[in-house]
Amino acid sequence: MTAMPARQAPEAGSVPAIDVRGLHKSFGENEVLTGIDFHVDPGQVVCVIGPSGSGKSTLLRCVNRLEEPTSGEILIEGIDICDPEVDLDEVRSRIGMVFQQFNLFPHLSVMKNLTLAQRSVHGRGKAEAVEIARRNLAKVGLDHKEDAFPAHLSGGQQQRVAIARALSMEPDMMLFDEPTSALDPELVGDVLGVMKDLASEGMTMMVVTHEMGFAREVGDKLVFMDGGVVVEEGVPEEVLSDPQHERTQAFLSKVL
Amino acid sequence: MKRTTRARAWRWGLNAAVVAVIALIALAANWENIHENFWNSGGVALDGGNWGDLITIGAVNTVQYTAIAFAGGLAFALVLALMRLSPIATMRWLATGYVEFFRGLPALIVIIFMGLGVPIAFNWQPPGGLVGAGLIALIMVGSAYMAETLRAGIQAVPKGQMEAARSLGMKPTATMFKVILPQAFRIVIPPLTNEFVLLIKDTALLSVIGASFDERELTTVARDFLASGPSAGTATALVQAALIYLVITIPLTQLVAWQERRQRKATR
Repeated sequence: MTAMPARQAPEAGSVPAIDVRGLHKSFGENEVLTGIDFHVDPGQVVCVIGPSGSGKSTLLRCVNRLEEPTSGEILIEGIDICDPEVDLDEVRSRIGMVFQQFNLFPHLSVMKNLTLAQRSVHGRGKAEAVEIARRNLAKVGLDHKEDAFPAHLSGGQQQRVAIARALSMEPDMMLFDEPTSALDPELVGDVLGVMKDLASEGMTMMVVTHEMGFAREVGDKLVFMDGGVVVEEGVPEEVLSDPQHERTQAFLSKVL
Repeated sequence: MKRTTRARAWRWGLNAAVVAVIALIALAANWENIHENFWNSGGVALDGGNWGDLITIGAVNTVQYTAIAFAGGLAFALVLALMRLSPIATMRWLATGYVEFFRGLPALIVIIFMGLGVPIAFNWQPPGGLVGAGLIALIMVGSAYMAETLRAGIQAVPKGQMEAARSLGMKPTATMFKVILPQAFRIVIPPLTNEFVLLIKDTALLSVIGASFDERELTTVARDFLASGPSAGTATALVQAALIYLVITIPLTQLVAWQERRQRKATR
């Protein structure tokens, strides 16, 4: 793993990559998010932790509107994506997303998984799409697997292909929804390694995770959520070693 | 007795029972009558008699009609399935109403209405004459069944597939046609094969509305041979037609099953 270069502090007055304001989300009677304010600056890696049911995945899924917010604002690079005038598909193409269950397209080869959206959304020609796909497969260390089908790959390989698929859209930021939670323990490291490399290249990342080591080492900011609110946030090292809030302490004492 | 010994004894007993039942049926049958009524070439070699028309007219038309009805039915079923999954309530109601209506009617009645009722009611003759009208009826009935099959297939594709495609910025239509439907079709190949076979046999219903000599499907040809030709007065032509149906359907289902196994090996 290459040493991480010092990350540039976001310029004063620059627009946040992700800016969530007063976000509420209910599923029927069940209020999952109860007023979230949350932002990610360009180039920042923000890790979101919290017990299951705390709403952290819902928050992440609201950021590209896979979940429809009940109320509140979500601004991506300054654009309110809840505005009906906004071309949501265009915004989504700038936000890469990686799922817990990988969600590769099982009927397509690895190469086709990486070129389908490039061609359909960006209208890229085949040669260009393939070249970009190859570059990203090499980045995740799977350039020898372009003809394989997802079913023939290990979970860790599938997740790295999923990351390469998202990267092939050349997004401005990446969302990770518990990317290692469905993996066998020995495969977690490869995926985290790819994510670490990505962070060191300056990618803006929002990562919902249970990997405290990754949050501590790679994250610029750690957000602890519980009961649909942000309970505590700060520099990962400080939050993890000296949590201020009682609920954070209780959670960390269980997982660390 | 050990468990394996007992299991083996059971298996042998079962095999013996099956053989005994077959032997009993064979002994009970009146082979002379059977030969005379069901496999009687009327003095002419069978291949010189019925087989020619049964195959070159009947079987060929049956296969053609099935292909047309299946292709048309599947295309229309896709429209109906997408309507049933539409966010627009009117679309869903229309499709549901259509499916419930045509699934609840015997194909035979729909064929008769299309062939004989519609020309009277609307002063309009469906294209392709009586056979054309019958095929439209088969398409209408078949699409009602296949729409439900396709809808189930689409809904069986994991939600994450749609989410992955949409999160990449793909539009709903592109997502449906490039990500969801290719997987849905793979899921519904077994039930669709079933419906294809049902359709092959349903083309026999076209025999009720009449067709010109060269338009006759297999059952019509066979039925005509009951009263004419070398085997007239016996059911020989029906037995021959039955054999032809089996020669068409059994290899077909086997081929699909083989293809499905191959596909599964590649993609999961």
